[in-house]
Amino acid sequence: MTNTSPSIIVDSTPEAKAAFYAELQTYVGLEVGEPTPGPDEVNAPMIRHLVEAVGDRNPIYTNPELAADSIHGGIVAPPTMLQAWVMRGIDGPARGGNGPYEKMNQLLFSRGFTSVLGTNSEQSYKRYLRPGDHLTMRTVIDSISDEKTTGLGTGHFVSTRQDYFDADDQLVGSMLFRIFRFKPAAKVPPAKPQPRRPRPATTYDNQWWFDELGEGRLCAQACANCGRVRFPTGPMCPSCHSRSYDKVELPLSGTIHSFVVAHYPQVPGFDYPLPIVLVDMDPSTSHIGKLGNDRVRMIMNTADSAESALAVGARVRIEIRATDPDMKLPFAVIDPIGATS
Amino acid sequence: MTSTLPDTRTFASVSVGDEIAPFELPLTRTLIVSTAIATRDYQVVHHDPSIAAERGSKDIIMNILTSNAFVGRYITDWAGPNSFISSVKIRLGAPNYPGDTMVVTGSITAKDDDTRTVTVAVKGTNSLGDHMNATVEVVLP
Repeated sequence: MTNTSPSIIVDSTPEAKAAFYAELQTYVGLEVGEPTPGPDEVNAPMIRHLVEAVGDRNPIYTNPELAADSIHGGIVAPPTMLQAWVMRGIDGPARGGNGPYEKMNQLLFSRGFTSVLGTNSEQSYKRYLRPGDHLTMRTVIDSISDEKTTGLGTGHFVSTRQDYFDADDQLVGSMLFRIFRFKPAAKVPPAKPQPRRPRPATTYDNQWWFDELGEGRLCAQACANCGRVRFPTGPMCPSCHSRSYDKVELPLSGTIHSFVVAHYPQVPGFDYPLPIVLVDMDPSTSHIGKLGNDRVRMIMNTADSAESALAVGARVRIEIRATDPDMKLPFAVIDPIGATS
Repeated sequence: MTSTLPDTRTFASVSVGDEIAPFELPLTRTLIVSTAIATRDYQVVHHDPSIAAERGSKDIIMNILTSNAFVGRYITDWAGPNSFISSVKIRLGAPNYPGDTMVVTGSITAKDDDTRTVTVAVKGTNSLGDHMNATVEVVLP
């Protein structure tokens, strides 16, 4: 159970810590709320339910004849069942309230001690309970430890004492219940492996292009017959159907032809919103297409660029970056003063 | 059903250092849920696995009242019906999750002749470590 408080008070000096601890101690000895009566008297059906669930065959709990022959003189409840007679059941304990226990908790919460763990239960019994006994419980804050650090975190052990009284106001049993109210030790989240980008589907016709990128060269294909520059890579020239080609290295610059910013669906390995740009690549300086159709377009993501800088016509530099140890890809970097071409 | 009351160990028959036979308890889901409800403990971590998981628990866990109840059963299974348990002190450790097994062991650590009280150290161990370390005082005839 945790309680989130907007701001946590940090007692940075020994004096401040001592003052906080002294304030905590003022709650020790205070009674928590009104005496709580059990909803039902001690009864045989509830005893049977529990001993059946626990598999406890001790006849003093369920067999009237044998129980009558025992030192207990009749059916009794298992002594460890003490607490169950005053449990509130499915509605749970009353929440809220402004008693000493709630105020003590608020004080602990104010220092960030918001987590809780039961650590000790110490019960003692004056007598075994019999069907017909009707209990009332009184709770007192018994002790609050100074600050302790355990494997769970740092906090204070808080003990409450529950005293159980019968209808004649005689003490029949007590329970000291200790909880550790603590600030959880900061958990270092395990480093989540960054999912890799999807791998390109490489074939005989495009493997060389990725290999060239790996060497830092961004290429297109030029038809060895008609000279047409083409991209993406393919086995045959769309103009003259020649299957011969040369690799042409492109300058690392171009102009945004169009773009889109993807928000959905989100694919692991990418950051969203994800700009995707279609770049009119600047022509190769080493290869002049014979037919003049030597311009190609490439799709890529952007890098180090504000989404607001995206504009049709914006000039881009292209950087070849490693996205994985074994993969390099081109990225468009938008020139901030990008003159429209 | 037995027709006569089983025997009860006498104070004289028990010595410091005696070991109580271990007891193995398979921690079924039914056990954890039925005992929680039978002790009127409806906290969700004792019966609802999905909410238990949301709160950072691997699964539902046995409630403390049930750990107490099994200490009581372990002692009276050994001592017999004419014993009187006067206190059960438990220090809690690793949770009891469904699917695990708790092995309960015990040994006599002290005897008080004046009150005929025997002190028993009880330990409940599961695959994660110590579920509980208990000290029980029981009066024998």
